Amino acid sequence: MENIRNFSIIAHIDHGKSTLADRLIQFTGVCNERNFQDQILDSMDIERERGITIKSNAISLPYHAHDGKDYILNLIDTPGHVDFSYEVSRSLASCEGVLLLVDAAQGVQAQTLANLYLALEHNLEIIPIINKIDLPSADIDRVLEEIDSELGLDPDTHIKCSAKEGVGIEEILEAIVERIPPPKGDAENPLAALIFDAHYDSFRGTIIHCRVFEGIVKSGDIIKFMYNGTTYKVEEVGHFLLTRTKRDKLSAGDVGYIIAGVKTVADVRTGDTITLQDRPCSQPLPGFKEVKPVVFASIYPIASDDYQDLADSLEKYKLNDASFIYEKDSSVALGQGFRCGFLGLLHLDIVQERLEREYDLSIILSVPSVRYRFTLKDNKVIYVDNPAHYPDPAEIAKGEEPYIRAAMMLPERYLGTVMKLCMEKRGVNSIMNYTGPGRVELSYEMPLAEVIFDFYDRFKSVTQGYGSFDYDIIDYRESTLVLMDILVNGEKVDALSQIVHRDRARSRGLNACDRLKDEIPRQMFKIAIQGAIGSEIIARSTISAFRKDVTAKCYGGDISRKRKLLEKQKAGKKRMKMIGSVSIPQSAFLAVLKSDTD
Amino acid sequence: MKDNLLKTPSSQSGLYIHIPFCKSKCGYCSFYSIKSLNPIPDFIDALQKEVKFYSKTFKSFDTVYFGGGTPSLLRPQQLETILKTVNKYYKIDPHSEITIEVNPGDVSLEYFKALHSIGINRLNIGVQSFDDQILKFLGRRHSASDALASMKDARNAGFANIGIDLIYGVQHQNIKSWEKTLQTAINLKPEHISCYQLSLAPKTPLYSTYEAGGIKLPSNKMQAKYFFNTSEILENAGYLHYEVSNFARKEYLKSKHNMKYWNHVPYLGLGPAAHSFLNNKRWWNKSAVASYIKDISQDKMPVEEQELLTPAQLQLETLFLGLRTSTGIDLKLYEKNYCTDLLEDKKSIIDTLIKNHLVEIGGDFLRPTQTGMAVADSLALI
Ligand SMILES: Nc1nc2c(ncn2[C@@H]2O[C@H](COP(=O)(O)OP(=O)(O)OP(=O)(O)O)[C@@H](O)[C@H]2O)c(=O)[nH]1
Ligand code: SF4
Ligand SMILES: [Mg+2]
Repeated sequence: MENIRNFSIIAHIDHGKSTLADRLIQFTGVCNERNFQDQILDSMDIERERGITIKSNAISLPYHAHDGKDYILNLIDTPGHVDFSYEVSRSLASCEGVLLLVDAAQGVQAQTLANLYLALEHNLEIIPIINKIDLPSADIDRVLEEIDSELGLDPDTHIKCSAKEGVGIEEILEAIVERIPPPKGDAENPLAALIFDAHYDSFRGTIIHCRVFEGIVKSGDIIKFMYNGTTYKVEEVGHFLLTRTKRDKLSAGDVGYIIAGVKTVADVRTGDTITLQDRPCSQPLPGFKEVKPVVFASIYPIASDDYQDLADSLEKYKLNDASFIYEKDSSVALGQGFRCGFLGLLHLDIVQERLEREYDLSIILSVPSVRYRFTLKDNKVIYVDNPAHYPDPAEIAKGEEPYIRAAMMLPERYLGTVMKLCMEKRGVNSIMNYTGPGRVELSYEMPLAEVIFDFYDRFKSVTQGYGSFDYDIIDYRESTLVLMDILVNGEKVDALSQIVHRDRARSRGLNACDRLKDEIPRQMFKIAIQGAIGSEIIARSTISAFRKDVTAKCYGGDISRKRKLLEKQKAGKKRMKMIGSVSIPQSAFLAVLKSDTD
Repeated sequence: MKDNLLKTPSSQSGLYIHIPFCKSKCGYCSFYSIKSLNPIPDFIDALQKEVKFYSKTFKSFDTVYFGGGTPSLLRPQQLETILKTVNKYYKIDPHSEITIEVNPGDVSLEYFKALHSIGINRLNIGVQSFDDQILKFLGRRHSASDALASMKDARNAGFANIGIDLIYGVQHQNIKSWEKTLQTAINLKPEHISCYQLSLAPKTPLYSTYEAGGIKLPSNKMQAKYFFNTSEILENAGYLHYEVSNFARKEYLKSKHNMKYWNHVPYLGLGPAAHSFLNNKRWWNKSAVASYIKDISQDKMPVEEQELLTPAQLQLETLFLGLRTSTGIDLKLYEKNYCTDLLEDKKSIIDTLIKNHLVEIGGDFLRPTQTGMAVADSLALI
């Protein structure tokens, strides 16, 4: 155990965590050059396509240090985006130290701080690393100053590095060995292993990712999940190299996996403690903080026959995404489904895409909502994150909505347009700081609902990609709220309903009608789309009928060709949801959140 | 569906014979034909052998249709030989409809007389237009006066059942000139008129020109206008608009042969690229004269591909074919074949379509309105 080191790489998004992991992997020779690819730990297609890390990834690196001894360095690469911070906090529970990366050009950013605090909560050794020193815009002195003043860390402990060019790698490896303490714990004690992640493998079933704190686990052992007391026989244990690699045992200090033929997916809970049935530990390890979703939406199968399939898939998906929560829900328009909570809009987007890709599901997502708070006339306080549960307006004494503090960094030249955007989004109490020549830090308090509604895309576009944006939820504030419904051909589509600020209702309604008009393909008959508050119609648009068909010659009995064409079109229609007699494509449900300005 | 056997209204099968030769290719045409006429004798030999192949599968026909290509490139004797062989192996109903497609440029009074004498009783003349500029644009070999002359000759030769084909939505044409063409056609009093909208199939010369921006097609709105005006004009002139593109002067003058395609009645297609249908099976021959002749000379069926239609596929076909005809879908038959009640199954969408005057229910039939016919393919996707 003396020669094990467990550590995570943490930073703000894009500061180079995965690239540094690449260099460490290459330096220690775990991967031969032929199989190497950039950001090798970002193994999901969706991570590679978007160039961001979504899941934490563990890998064990063998390292022969300058002290002449051999070490096993268990590295966990973490995501930087705020929506995936739950991944970071769980990874840290398996570690004794972190590499805290700071981009030499961008300096300390919101998630640098947030992740630092997570590391401090876990009492971890922190090694500050200034990355991207190769950049011409690198400003090392400024970053050192920030490490001191903003992070409160000793700037003398930093290491300079360029993950891209492989500068400083050996120094980092030596620092890991020297400065991060070896894991504590005792292999002789009863087993206590913390489940920090899991995934479902169609051949092996549930694969548990865990950190062993005490004791030993090996194949043949009967393990017990402390949360519900179920027991399973261990089939295999091992380490994560680039692939799963079987080992005889995992002992105190190790990070690895356990396969135990777990059939009931729900038995495996992230944060639970695994022990041995015949020699249990006295109490479970401290688990994880509960996730607090901030964005909510319902998921429905496009074909109602697929409900069970969706239910099974969500269960398996949840194994691998502990920050995703869901419960049963049903909609008049869309049938049986699930109400889901997400840590943010990116998270929501990723969940939808992963469900479709990894489980081959066709799903509809309802319009996302934040969680509102209502005080009723009888003084009861209720939280509503689903427009379907909007209380009877006559009973409402007070409505409140969540506010965030938005932190934005941007070049000064965009200041005017960004401030205008923030004001349009009901932003208040602005604070502005010049952080360097030509750069400003701008902060506003805004309703979270406004951020969900097309803020991020517009912010990106007005700052031409040079701005960064981050937020924290601060509190609930009173607001005049109404429920806006959307009617398609006179039929209410409950999944399109939104809770909105009274002053916004009309423009939101018009926008939704317009957007839907673009998204819903022309059909054989005229379609009326209306926005309504109660029985009052506040917006409308119409889609005129589709009138074109070919009256070409159907040649010599060649009916098959034409049928194949129609079959293709029909398959296309399958990705749409029939509401009454109108087919509404998936995209329509998210489109109502976009404004016309982009 | 019981035994996978489709029940159909009329029982007699149809015979289609593809004559895959054209002196030149028209710019819009995607039908299979070759320009060399040399293989014609070998082709006729092969065709006669192919006729025999199916004498166990099919017993009798009450329609025979020579299509192409250009069947009028065959001499009457050659057509007679083919018909004789057909008669030898199958029972041909004495009241059969026996049609040949002819090209106005290739025919004469004598030729028509000869056709009549060998038992052909229906002509389909590929007029396409009465406007020389348009004929040239389409790449047709004949002129408007050829078309007028052929019509006259055909009548004089004794043909009492003549259909003509016309194309609309063509460059150089506008609604006015199209209506003039229609009027000319009406004056000739053909028993049957087919009006096809020009559609550009990939791999045709006109399509390439279109892709390169060389020609324009009328807008959706104009196409609809062509369609509705055509229907109105011909109906006013006493024609029944009985299928999306087809008009007949009387109920009994509808194309019996083509109706089989639309009603899932079995048909046998002989010759290269010809399609056949029986029960739930559809198959088609290779689109190559040489391999067709070679296969048959080796006693092999020259079949390119066959497919077994699933009930769902048959159902879709029933919908899109039925909704192309003024008769519509026979609901009783539909239920018998697919064990499901169409009106119940698709109640809400059909109600909407009825409300929007796209379909109507008459007796046991669900049929398209005139507007519905214009979007028949989309209707089938309900
Ligand atoms: N110039 C330079 N670019 C770097 C360096 N390290 C990383 N990058 C680039 O920065 C971008 C982001 O790198 P990643 O390693 O994916 O960043 P990350 O921190 O893992 O990002 P997330 O996982 O999404 O939070 C990529 O384009 C890298 O090539 C460096 O030392 N110098
Ligand atoms: S004559 Fe008929 S088959 Fe021949 S190329 Fe012209 S349109 Fe096609
Ligand atoms: Mg990364």
